[in-house]
Amino acid sequence: MSARTLPLLFLNLGGEMLYILDQRLRAQSIPGEKARKDEWTDVDRKRVMNDIIGTMFNRKFMEELFKPQELYSKKALRTVYERLAHASIMRLNQASMDKLYDLMTMAFKYQVLLCPRPRDILLVTFNHLDAIKDFIYESPGILNQVDETFRQLIETYNCLSDGEFQLIRQTLLVFFQDMHIRVSIFLKDKVQNSNGRFVLPISGPVPWGTEVPGLIRIFNHKGVEVKRTEFTTAGNYVTPQREGSFELYGDRVLKLGTNMYSVSRPVETHMAGSSKNLASHAKENTVPNPLAKEELNFLARLLGGLDIQKPAGGETGFRLNLFTSDEEEEHAAQTRPEDLSYKVINIEATQEPGRRAELSRILGELEVAEPRPGSAGKGEDLLALMDGL
Amino acid sequence: HGPGVTPRLSVPPRYRRERALALRSSSSALYNNLAVLCPPARPPRAFGAVHGTTLSLLGPEGPPRQLPARGGCSALSTPLLTQAAWCELPARVLLVLTSQRGVQMYEADGSTLVFWHALDILEHPAAHSVFARGISAAGERFICVGTSSGAVLVFDIPPKGTNVTLSEVLEQHRDPITDIAAEQGQAPEGAGDLVTADDSGTLCLWSTGEEFTLLGKIPGSGCTCSSVALWNGIVAAGYGNGQIRLWEAGTGQLRAQVSAHARWIYALDLAPLTGKLLSGAEDSFVHVWKLSRDPDTDDVEIQHCHTECVTDTQVCGARFCDPAGDTFAVTGYDLSEILCYGPA
Repeated sequence: MSARTLPLLFLNLGGEMLYILDQRLRAQSIPGEKARKDEWTDVDRKRVMNDIIGTMFNRKFMEELFKPQELYSKKALRTVYERLAHASIMRLNQASMDKLYDLMTMAFKYQVLLCPRPRDILLVTFNHLDAIKDFIYESPGILNQVDETFRQLIETYNCLSDGEFQLIRQTLLVFFQDMHIRVSIFLKDKVQNSNGRFVLPISGPVPWGTEVPGLIRIFNHKGVEVKRTEFTTAGNYVTPQREGSFELYGDRVLKLGTNMYSVSRPVETHMAGSSKNLASHAKENTVPNPLAKEELNFLARLLGGLDIQKPAGGETGFRLNLFTSDEEEEHAAQTRPEDLSYKVINIEATQEPGRRAELSRILGELEVAEPRPGSAGKGEDLLALMDGL
Repeated sequence: HGPGVTPRLSVPPRYRRERALALRSSSSALYNNLAVLCPPARPPRAFGAVHGTTLSLLGPEGPPRQLPARGGCSALSTPLLTQAAWCELPARVLLVLTSQRGVQMYEADGSTLVFWHALDILEHPAAHSVFARGISAAGERFICVGTSSGAVLVFDIPPKGTNVTLSEVLEQHRDPITDIAAEQGQAPEGAGDLVTADDSGTLCLWSTGEEFTLLGKIPGSGCTCSSVALWNGIVAAGYGNGQIRLWEAGTGQLRAQVSAHARWIYALDLAPLTGKLLSGAEDSFVHVWKLSRDPDTDDVEIQHCHTECVTDTQVCGARFCDPAGDTFAVTGYDLSEILCYGPA
């Protein structure tokens, strides 16, 4: 509903993606001198982070992102992240990409739900950006790009009212509705129940600007307070100490959106699957998607703005595994529940030819140098191109 | 307890959880996201809750149904619904849905579309979100619907048939309308019989009729009023900072302020026979209060009666299911049920 939701969604999901990739790259890296040709080193990791962040924050892409527009489906957005994740020498199999996207979305859903005020979603975004700046502090060019985006966020969002932020939050919650994938790190920290639902605490500091519940004040017809009473409830709230900073630099106070992963806390997901009652949910993936045209337009615009640097000739990609072993990754690919698969958008036969050609060209430009099985020709089958992403 | 001491009473529970009604899909995080039709003569009742682009309907007979938002086509995506409510007029009951595209009105059982009004999208600059939100029956023959521009559309409803007309557009609010409520009791002289609320917390009091008249405006302080009720000249308003405020409709005077919730209030409802007030918020709590007026001092009174905690759920809808407020129902974000509560 809010036409200003996409930048916040994209940047926060992107931030979570970078936390996860950074953690997995560190977990799988080998000290430089000892590494074989096909193993990760610290230098590789920094290069991957630089490449992805540099691509994410390029000006043309950010321009497209910040245009007022509706949110599109999880499927459409995933395509953009898959592109981004492959902006460097790193490669991800489908199973790892699925898991990455699951983790990203569940993490941000958690942050949106637990934000004390809708406006605090901006502080969560700033937390992500602060961390991103830390990843690339050695690259002044990219740092500048990130600061530019930071300034654009401040300019666009700092002046919005609480009501407008709540509308953004409600729009985000529609996007995340019915997702209950269990994330191991959330289960361990007891912020998620075994049924996949997040724990909503009824204690702690109240949001900035809210009073601790309990007081009733009565005024007479002249506006003079004449009585005070109190009521008690099960909650155990306290007044907050201070408000987080909405400036370019500052203490955000809020911990949501900071990096919760570390090498010692690996990431896993369990496919919880959706409940049997939600018959409409399974239907979504089997019926041809009539929104394809609009979503393709969105993708064409956004991907057109992504300036992906192709890896130098002769260099092959390094595969990153989001699981702890190749066998686990293979097993996950085979056992992913039907209703949780990110199926490719089915494109109607009556698709407007001009648009198809344009997207085909853009996707073609972004293509990695890998033989694509069974592809008859570029313009011919857009579906095959998207399948191969 | 001695005189002058306000006791902190430990109140025995007045309600208990009765049953949960299964919905076909979970409820969306939207203000006032529970519609209840409670004909006085007969239970069972009808319920409605919005999920994205559809309204889940639970009727007295038959399986649960879904009503989709109108206005989607191959080029544009299906619009999101913002709210649904039954509007009870003397001659008929209509089910009204508001969305990003416009206003849909159905017969009470959702079977027949009676009227469709498309919002003028072109009037709004691209950066602003466009939607209708806020629904109420008013003045015995009107249905009022709010919009994101702050305008309130007044529709004249014929006793039967589809000849609904747009009678007036009220333009007093500058921020998106959140909720609209009609007087449920007896309005004192000059108090008005309709209240409209918006994102900035501004409340407008109206007297309804052939032409609606603005009787008063209570300026907001930037804190959103998400839900509002009007009873015997008292405006009950729920705010984004968790407060409930009671205002004198006739004078605009603040009569009570309650630090009711720790998070944004999403729903208020009032039981006209007893003056009970129900509040539901993102903090997982639902409270029942009792409004009254001291006959000597004319002071407004509000007492806390009951608390329910819906564990790990952000409440988005709460409604009484009978005019005395002995029963109520609750919806929550991501919850695929309507939770029902009855007398303890």
